[in-house]
This record gives sequence, C-alpha cells and structure tokens, in this order.
Amino acid sequence: MDFGALLQNSLAAALGPDAIVYALAAIGLNVHFGYTGLLNFGQAGFMAVAAYGLAASIATWGLPFWLGILIGLAAALLLAVLLGVPTLRLRADYLAIATIASSEILRLVFGSVTLVDWFGGSNGRQGFAGDFYDLNPYNGRLDFGLFSFSRNDAWVFTVGWVLVALSCLVVWALMRSPWGRLLKSIREDEEAVRSLGKNVFAYKMQALILGGMFGAIAGFMLALKQASVIPTDYATDITFFCYTALLIGGAGRVLGPVIGAIIFWFLLSFLGGFFTRAAAADIIPSVIMTDTQASLVRFILVGLGLMLLMIYRPQGIFGDRREIAIDGR
Amino acid sequence: MRLRFLALMALAMGASFLVAGGAAAAQDDPTPSPSANAAADDGPSIAVVLVDRRGITSAEKGKPIPGVSVAVTSDTGDPVGEGVTDAEGRAAVGLPGSGTYTVEVDPETLPDGTELSGTGGTKRTVNVFLDGETRIQFPIGDAPKAGPAFGERLTNGTVSGIKFGLIVALAALGLSMIFGTTGLTNFSHGELITFGGLVTYGFNRGLGLPVLVAGLCAVVVSGAFGWAQDRVLWRPLRRRGTGLIAMMIVSIGLALLLRNIYQYVFGGSTKSLSQYVDQERRSYGPINLADKEIGIIVIALLAITVVCVALATTRLGKATRAVSDNPALASSSGLRVDGVISAVWIVGTALTGLAGALLAVNQQVEYQMGFKMLLLVFAAVTLGGLGTIWGALAGSMVVGIMVEVSPVLGVPSELKYVGALVVLILVLLIRPQGILGRRERIG
Repeated sequence: MDFGALLQNSLAAALGPDAIVYALAAIGLNVHFGYTGLLNFGQAGFMAVAAYGLAASIATWGLPFWLGILIGLAAALLLAVLLGVPTLRLRADYLAIATIASSEILRLVFGSVTLVDWFGGSNGRQGFAGDFYDLNPYNGRLDFGLFSFSRNDAWVFTVGWVLVALSCLVVWALMRSPWGRLLKSIREDEEAVRSLGKNVFAYKMQALILGGMFGAIAGFMLALKQASVIPTDYATDITFFCYTALLIGGAGRVLGPVIGAIIFWFLLSFLGGFFTRAAAADIIPSVIMTDTQASLVRFILVGLGLMLLMIYRPQGIFGDRREIAIDGR
Repeated sequence: MRLRFLALMALAMGASFLVAGGAAAAQDDPTPSPSANAAADDGPSIAVVLVDRRGITSAEKGKPIPGVSVAVTSDTGDPVGEGVTDAEGRAAVGLPGSGTYTVEVDPETLPDGTELSGTGGTKRTVNVFLDGETRIQFPIGDAPKAGPAFGERLTNGTVSGIKFGLIVALAALGLSMIFGTTGLTNFSHGELITFGGLVTYGFNRGLGLPVLVAGLCAVVVSGAFGWAQDRVLWRPLRRRGTGLIAMMIVSIGLALLLRNIYQYVFGGSTKSLSQYVDQERRSYGPINLADKEIGIIVIALLAITVVCVALATTRLGKATRAVSDNPALASSSGLRVDGVISAVWIVGTALTGLAGALLAVNQQVEYQMGFKMLLLVFAAVTLGGLGTIWGALAGSMVVGIMVEVSPVLGVPSELKYVGALVVLILVLLIRPQGILGRRERIG
C-alpha cells in the first residue's frame, strides 16, 4: 500500500474545500453550542437555505451574484428567527428537535417534485457559480509541494480560508466583548443572567442568528465549491459531522472548530483511503469487506468516535471541561 | 469486550442476511436474452421496450410486440441509428456518446389495433449520461382509469393513517418510556426500529422462518439488545453522572454507528420479506384492507393495550411511573431504580422492535427505515407531551393520520412527512407541553 500517496491525499483533504465548509459550519455551531449553550441540530438547514437562496436566485430567477448572496443571508436570518421564536424559551432538547425537524423539512421541500421549476428537484441546481469562478486570479494549479489544487479548487481554497480567518476574527472579537461574556454567562446559568435584568431571549436569538450566518457562509462555500446544490448534500448527517469536528477541536474556543475540521477531514480521508485500498488490494479479504463496505467503515468510526469523545473528552483538544454546556437542565 | 462481542454477532448475522439476499436476487433476475440487433456492449445504448399491457393487472407480464421500427436521432437532428423490436419487444440502438437523443417509434409498423397509450405520442427525448443501457418504455395499455372517489380515498387514507399511527405509537411508546424514566432524548431510537425490521428479515430470509415467527424473534432480540445497550452504555454513563445533553450527543454518535453498521451488513438496497409482500386488498364496506394490514392493526393494538394495562396495574408498571415521576424519591422509598430502568429499556426496545417488524411487513426492509421515521416519532411524542404515555399514543395517531390523509387533501405525496414536522414546530410555539403534557416538564 502506498502510504505516501495516502498521506498526501489526506493532507489535501484536511486543508481542502470540504474542510473549509465544515470549519465554517462548525464556527457557527461553536457560537450556538460552545458559547451560548444552544443545541442547534439543524445547521444543515441554515446551509441549505443559504445555498439554495444563492443558487435559485441566479440559476432560476437570473439575479446577479451579490444579490444572490444577500438573499441567501436573508433566508438564513429568517430561518433563525422562525426557529428561535418558538423554541428559545424552552428546554435545550426542544430546540434540538425543532431544528433537526426544520432542516429535514427544508431538505424535503428543496428536493420536492412540486417545486422542481424553482429548485430542480433531486437534481438540484447548477450553473450559478460562473460569476464566482470568473473572479479567479489563478492561471493554473496551485502547488504546495506535497499536494496541489486544481485552478478552481485553488480559488475556493483561497476564498475559503480567508473567510474562515475573518470568521474566527469576528468570533474572537465578539466573545471578548461584553456581549460575548453575556452569552457565556447564559451558557453557565441562564437564571442568574435573567435575575440581573438581562433579556436572555433576545441574546439567545442574536446568538442563533450569528451562528446561522456562519452556517449560511458554509452553505455558500459548499454550493460554490462543487458549482451545484443537491438536496442530499444537506442531510442531517452533515450537522452531526460538524458537531464531531467541533467537539474534536474543542467547543467554546475560537480555533477549536477550525482545528477540529482539519483533523476530522484528515482522519476521514485517511481512513477512507486506507480501507478502500486495503479492500481493493485484498489485504482485508472481500468476504469481510467489499469495496462498497470499505467506504462505510470511516462513518462507523465517526459514530464511535463521537460517542467516545463525548464520554471521555467532551472538551476536545483545546476546550475546558467546565465550560461545555453538556449537563442539561 | 461486550461491545466487540455484539459487533461480531451483528456481523455474523449480517453475513447470513447477505447470503440470503444474494440468493433471492439471483432467482428473481430473468436471464438476459441475446438481442437480434444488439448494440455495442460497452458504450452507451438506448433500449426501447414495447409490451402490450392491455386488459391485465399490474402483476402479470404483458405481451411483447415484435417487428416495430425505432429510430434514434441526436439533438442536432442527425440520425444515430435504427432498430426493430425482437421477440421480447426490445430494440437496442448503440450511441456514439452521452448526450440528449430523441427516440421515435414508427406508428406504421405497430400491429393493427395497437396504439401507444402514454402521453407524448411516438417520441421521447432522453438524456443519456452513463455507459450501458438506458431503457425506455412506450406504454401500451388501457387508458388510465379515473381514481376512486374523494370520499373513498379519504376513508382509505384514514384507515392506513390509523395503521401507520399505530406503528408510530409502538415506537413512540418505547421512546416515551425511556425518556420518562431516564430523561434521555434518544436520537438513536430510529435505529432501534430498523433493528427490529432487519432482524425480522434475517430470521425470515436467512434462517427461513415464517414471517410471524421471525417477527416474534425480532421482538425478543430487540428487547435483549435494549437490555444490553443499557448495561454496556447508558447505565455506566448514568453512574458517571453524565449530563443529559452529553447523553443526547452520545446517542447521535450511536445512531451514526448503528446506521452505518446496518448499511455495511445489509447493503444499501431495499429488500422484501418472503411472505405477505403483494396482498390484494379486500373490500369491507367503505374500506379496503389487505389481510396483513388487519394483522398489523390487531397486533399493534394488542401490544399497546397490554403495555398500558401493565403500566397501570402491575407492580412493575407502578414502579415505572414512580421512577418517571421522581427518581430520587422512588429510590429512597426502596425501589430498585436501576432494575426498573433495565425493565423499561427491555420493554421499550421490544415495543420499538415490534414497530420495526410491523413496518417491515407493511412496506419493505432497508437500513434507513427507522431513521426516516425518527422525526415522526419525535413529532408524535412532542405533540402528545414528552414523557406521557397517553400523550404519545394520541400524538402518534394524529401524526399517522396526518401523514396518510394529507396526500388525499392535495399535499404532494413527497411532502407528506413535512406536514407532521411543521405541526411539531407549531405545537412548540402554541402549547409546548403537548396535548396531554404537564407544564412543569418543559423547563
């Protein structure tokens, strides 16, 4: 087995477009869960409304690119308000159930045959990323020695990491402000904050919107990196993978979700490549593992990893165990 | 160690599923017939199939029509190839590559008295993406009959809604009991439903047991699975004092783990049990029901009644309700809380496994069957009020009937689950404690 190529592929995945999407979505979840203690299980929904807002604006209604971005952000904002109003006053698990339900509703609606003229049904929408790639300043592949990106990936790579850096900066600045300290105190003890005369509901709503915006940016990147939107890309699993990435890095830390996404994609790509090659080369006999099964092992391990992480090290690499909102009420 | 043992067991059982499934598939496939005008084997090709289906039911095979000319043109209008249907009514035309093609049947060459019945006449536009054969059927059959009247569709929708609601209720009862006693919002509950369905399939197709026996075995194995899960995973977590949100996230990890193991073992395809697959519906006055549907309704009602009566009258049932009301007080009153929780896990997962077995009989078996129901079960439980038994039942019936009746009322059928989920969010807005819940539980 060629471990050199395997490591190169995994490194490329760890820094590539997928990791960027997950890092952005996990930054949003970090604002929700890590800083405010809100259990948003519907980040896929925020990504979906933004991505479909962008794609349908351009591909269906022929609007300009930047208006599409604005529509996507507005859709995510609307979703946050719609979800927040009924659930933010209730216990954590209600928000979890409502958000996961809403992301499923959105996925079903975007994929439905009835709205095929708008959203393209199960084939989704293509042909909206032209304006984005026209801005590409690169002329050829971007080479890092160990690995290289194609011209389009290089552009996504550049824009993506700039956005990740800006998002981290925003989160860092906000969380050291009085507003951010208030969010953390809501996570620690909501009643205490309320007794100080603060409007907890309003602050939670602002946090939900802010995190939803990062989810929207992640949705844009996901749509633009593959120049298409497909309903299955916004299934609930992506939310949970982002949670896994966040928990690896450490919730409640500015760089936690970014490091987490890099490690998550490195491991996912490494394990996927390892088992696929092992099964193809018959190192693992095909009675036990066929090629299709080999691609599933990594997801089995993600599930196991998420369980073990939550049980033994909920603070991840950088976090502080006392700061994680996992005790419930 | 226990986990590893369980995983090995699951793998061994799965291997038997796969063998059985493969054998079944091999029998079903008809041997491919050598075509007279076979196209190139490798590249893309279009195969037109003409079958006369007039005057027969959907289960029977139609009569193939030979000797009909078929022409294929590219999207620029250039002719690509022609073919004539063979004794199987099949004509294949090789293509230069993927793209958009127009297929036209020459109506002159159709036998006398035969006409194409589908919309679109004699032409079809086809997008060919993949290598290999793209099949196109030109239907020849009776004009589609007008559907049954609205009233009949409404009653039939309601009855199948009741049936579906009862299946949801079994799962919701399991979820609600476990939530009530342990406070765990179990996101891996859908995988427990799937477990029941897959084990039924394994006993039925793998070991050749009748579906009824296989279903019974599945209920027992599900109960054992629940007991083991509590022992290996949840009880140690409770002992450690793990928070409820942490446990919820652990259950998400477990759901991912189980679902991918199911797909690993069972494969991604949809398979059916050996019995009760295609049953004709009989007419009972205004409603039409297949025998298996009556069976599902009776079995589900029986199970629910037994559990409810047991919860209301037996010692264990009272202990369960006591623990669910106040675990600390129940413990200091001398109840063995851990024992009660163990029993609740066994009964809860057995009920959920039964839901999976009934679902497998009602539709088919696949590795996501329970996952697709999970949010409906949550909707049912939230609608009725988290942690209340009667609420879970009432909520399930509402959800089941809504899902099955909404297509009758004009909701597109691919969106029929959406209605129930929207109701879930609306309930949280208007009456968060649910129909029968108590305000203090919502926090």
